[in-house]
Amino acid sequence: MSVIARPLAALGAGVLSVLATVGRVGLFALAAFRHILTPPFYAREFLHALLHVGYLSLPVVGLTAVFTGGALALQIYAGGARFSAEQVVPQIVALGVVRELGPVMVGLMMAARVTSSIAAEIATMKVTEQIDALVTLSTDPMKYLTAPRVFAGLVTVPLLVAVGDAIGVFGGWFVSVQSLGFNPAVYLKNTVDFLEPNDIVSSLVKGAAFGVIATLMGCYFGMHSGRGAQGVGQATKSSVVAAAVLILAANFLLTQAFFAT
Amino acid sequence: MIRLHDVHKAFGAKEILRGVDLDVAKGESCVIIGGSGTGKSVALKCVLGLITPDQGTIMVDGEDITKTGDRDAFLARFGMLFQGAALFDSLPVWQNVAFRLLRGSLKRPRAEAKEIAIEKLRRVGMGPDVADLFPAELSGGMQKRVGLARAIAADPEIIFFDEPTTGLDPIMAGVINELIREIVVEMGATAVTITHDMTSVRAIADKVAMLHRGKIRWHGPVSEMDTADDPYLRQFITGSPNGPIETLR
Repeated sequence: MSVIARPLAALGAGVLSVLATVGRVGLFALAAFRHILTPPFYAREFLHALLHVGYLSLPVVGLTAVFTGGALALQIYAGGARFSAEQVVPQIVALGVVRELGPVMVGLMMAARVTSSIAAEIATMKVTEQIDALVTLSTDPMKYLTAPRVFAGLVTVPLLVAVGDAIGVFGGWFVSVQSLGFNPAVYLKNTVDFLEPNDIVSSLVKGAAFGVIATLMGCYFGMHSGRGAQGVGQATKSSVVAAAVLILAANFLLTQAFFAT
Repeated sequence: MIRLHDVHKAFGAKEILRGVDLDVAKGESCVIIGGSGTGKSVALKCVLGLITPDQGTIMVDGEDITKTGDRDAFLARFGMLFQGAALFDSLPVWQNVAFRLLRGSLKRPRAEAKEIAIEKLRRVGMGPDVADLFPAELSGGMQKRVGLARAIAADPEIIFFDEPTTGLDPIMAGVINELIREIVVEMGATAVTITHDMTSVRAIADKVAMLHRGKIRWHGPVSEMDTADDPYLRQFITGSPNGPIETLR
């Protein structure tokens, strides 16, 4: 192969490999949704996933949101002071948290906490032949492992985002009232008056999309893990990176869909 | 009756099975021996449909496994003990044993499933006190017993044992061998075991098949194994480093 053809061939092979992975993930996602909609349903697995994905993520979501909301209030106040616009803090905190920071921070926390743990758990099950054991026990791993987790992500992450939004706004309110001299009632009134239904809907839709991405990536990379401890480590790392990047890309697309005029 | 005919399987450029032909009669205990990496586990997984062969046919009671309509019913006929037991870490021991009885076509009420699980645990020499423990709390030998109890929980017609004594001390290995033999005889099940432990072979087998370089090299009754004049089989059963089987030194 000539000197010119070699890099082109490598580029072509790389593009084909990426496209093949996109295709595999797409088919995996379709299969996951088909299993969510068709019986048998594993209620216990779903409840376990609800607990793990949703309820147990509340502390990390709450902490992330309160600090982000507080820091945002300080930044907007300092930035607004440059052109005498300090009073816009409630409105910009509400908009920033509900439209962007709330869903994105929750999504990234899901990638860190949920995607990694799902990928490591399923990859370990694969390495120790537990996935094969499921099949021999007449149980489809997609239905038993993937469908309940992805459905739990779809259902619970919007709720987590709603909680994160509220706590983030509270963080901004608390810092503004305690440190920046805002009136508590006026701050809340400005927040409520400024938000529109579309802001909240976009936040929840983003939450649902990020929940699906986070859980799906964990399941996909877990199921396709290589052998041994190295395979589990690689699967976990790849799942978190893929989930984080896809969440940010989906955030851009959804922001464009909701707010681009 | 299980029949493998001209079964081939390759992973990339690496050919694992190169035309396996093997018949296991109903109620027979067949042990497949062979060195590491000769494709013993792959052959077993092909029968269960966990791996799809590239070529060849696999029939169970005259039915081609790739054309079986009801996969759930097909798999319900099998029990399998995995090499590392493959117990589900997130479930207590009794739910591992009763896994098949808690869901799918063989589903029973929870209390009845637990009762059956405890009975099967008793059959493999474990008391009801282990039923609520988690697999991580058990030793390797106990995990194998639980795996064995899970394999027989739904009274399967065919049981596969993948390296049942690997990693166990000789006494525990002897106990597991004896249990396997007793259970297979008592249930009248067809059994296929893969191992390189010759003590297991003598304890468990009616028939022995030696897999070498992706093909069945020798197949016959265990009673004829020691007098067979196949040099590959001789080298394997004597564990000699010198012979036709290439060894890495």
